[in-house]
Amino acid sequence: MSKEKIQICPEFYDIMPPEYRDLVEQATYGKEGRGWKDIGQSKELIEDHSLCAGCPESMAFRYILASLPNPEDTVMVGSTGCTSLVFPHVAVHNIHSLFGNQNAVASGLKRALSVRFPGRIKDVVVLAGDGATVDIGLDMTLQAWFRQEKFTTICFDNELYANTGGQESGLMRKGFVAKMAPVGKKFEKVRLPEIARESGCAYVVNCTVSKPNLVEKVIRNAVLIAREIGPTYLQLYTPCILEIGKNSMEGLQEMRDSEKPGERFRYYEYVTDSAKQFLAELEAKEKQTAAAAIEG
Amino acid sequence: MTDYRVVPGPEAYFTPSAARMGVVLPEPGEAHIEGVIVPEEKAMEYAARKLLDAKNPTLHPGPLVLWNWNEKAAKKAKAIKVLAECIPARIIPMPDYRPKYPKINPDVEINPNHPNLTIWHNKEDVCLFVGVHCHQANLSLKIIRGGTDCFTIAMCAQAGHEDAMLSFRDATAEKILRLAEWVSKLKGVPFVRPVDEKARGDGGDRYSDNVFVKLADGG
Ligand SMILES: Cc1ncc(C[n+]2csc(CCOP(=O)(O)OP(=O)(O)O)c2C)c(N)n1
Ligand code: SF4
Repeated sequence: MSKEKIQICPEFYDIMPPEYRDLVEQATYGKEGRGWKDIGQSKELIEDHSLCAGCPESMAFRYILASLPNPEDTVMVGSTGCTSLVFPHVAVHNIHSLFGNQNAVASGLKRALSVRFPGRIKDVVVLAGDGATVDIGLDMTLQAWFRQEKFTTICFDNELYANTGGQESGLMRKGFVAKMAPVGKKFEKVRLPEIARESGCAYVVNCTVSKPNLVEKVIRNAVLIAREIGPTYLQLYTPCILEIGKNSMEGLQEMRDSEKPGERFRYYEYVTDSAKQFLAELEAKEKQTAAAAIEG
Repeated sequence: MTDYRVVPGPEAYFTPSAARMGVVLPEPGEAHIEGVIVPEEKAMEYAARKLLDAKNPTLHPGPLVLWNWNEKAAKKAKAIKVLAECIPARIIPMPDYRPKYPKINPDVEINPNHPNLTIWHNKEDVCLFVGVHCHQANLSLKIIRGGTDCFTIAMCAQAGHEDAMLSFRDATAEKILRLAEWVSKLKGVPFVRPVDEKARGDGGDRYSDNVFVKLADGG
């Protein structure tokens, strides 16, 4: 998809539902420096969401879509779970893969896109729940990292299988009792960020989605590093308010509480030396451009 | 040959696909009416008559013609508009195949996952689909046949649709304009070919398929 092609035939302009006209006129495709601040001003790349009211996944989705550096040339790969309810409303190319297969599908896709469109930037971003990423899909997740596939994996970590009513997941914390896991988790939360680091990811971040500017920064870094260097992994806490017994308005506070020092979703990152150098060069370039803009 | 006829429903909750009932697709130059293969020209006349006799004839253009993604799409869009004005018919787009539960607005759009809602809501008795990807058209046509009494026409750019009550194949802008020409003929009014905006006054060549005639040529 290229933004030049996102045009309605003039004969049908007046009969197209308004959201499509909005998308053509006001979406942020191709806009330099797009980011979360566009939300609410420009057309977002998400129309409505079909998650529970107040589900933090809906915030996370909006921030991610607003922060993709290249949405018109990005393909997202999703998997079964609550996230898959949102993908039908997203105005970015996306593929729904069989539960757990997302990183295998993304590997083939990324390779095919580089053969089909040589010299053109095509980003692939996987977005799946923790059940898909760390349990049923762990093989595919790890193998993609071992093979150094150049795409970003985002895990919406809500610490259980939400879409099927609350079963235990590898990322669930020890001792937690869920609706469909009444005995309580007997093992520690799997340390996937560390596993990602050891498996060859160039950039790994663990955080919540309480701060949009932070989400914007890590998404952008992850996508740009995956393009140039190697696989990247983001583990974002998107609590399932339904399962932990919170109200619609309480998701944000839950995330704030869980990101305090010492808590499981405090911000931490693992960045390889080459990724650090890449980010430093990127920052220097951006400063140069900003300075030139002020002078000019 | 099968005795099964693809006629307006409501057929049943689990409508069988017409292909399973033995209906086959037309060869190039042919079309089918209710599952019976006929020369394309005969289907043109039949479709034109159906559209003219209808109380609420409606055209449903899909993404392949709604979006201006290549020259063929642009030309088909023009031709569809001409057809709609000739009949005259309402145009309700099928911009999206995504299941937009729960908020499809049947006043402004139709969706392959629940096309019956739009057809019921607008009391469509004859409708024509054009520019819809085949697999989505098949889904839509079967649901319509299952749950409504609307007569469906498919202006298909590929091999046609068994599940429509009348299906053309290999649709081009020229073919859509020929249907508009048939409509005008049956109405007894002269048919005015549209002018290609791009070619107007620029001395450029006609498009090779000669669909739109330049002003300079008196078209
Ligand atoms: C191959 C396969 N196995 C099992 C399922 C059933 N299933 C659907 S959603 C789901 C849980 C998803 O959990 P998670 O990935 O954590 O996402 P969440 O719903 O929590 O966002 C499961 C097991 C399936 N759809 N496909
Ligand atoms: S079940 Fe939980 S994760 Fe899924 S949409 Fe509802 S609140 Fe969000």
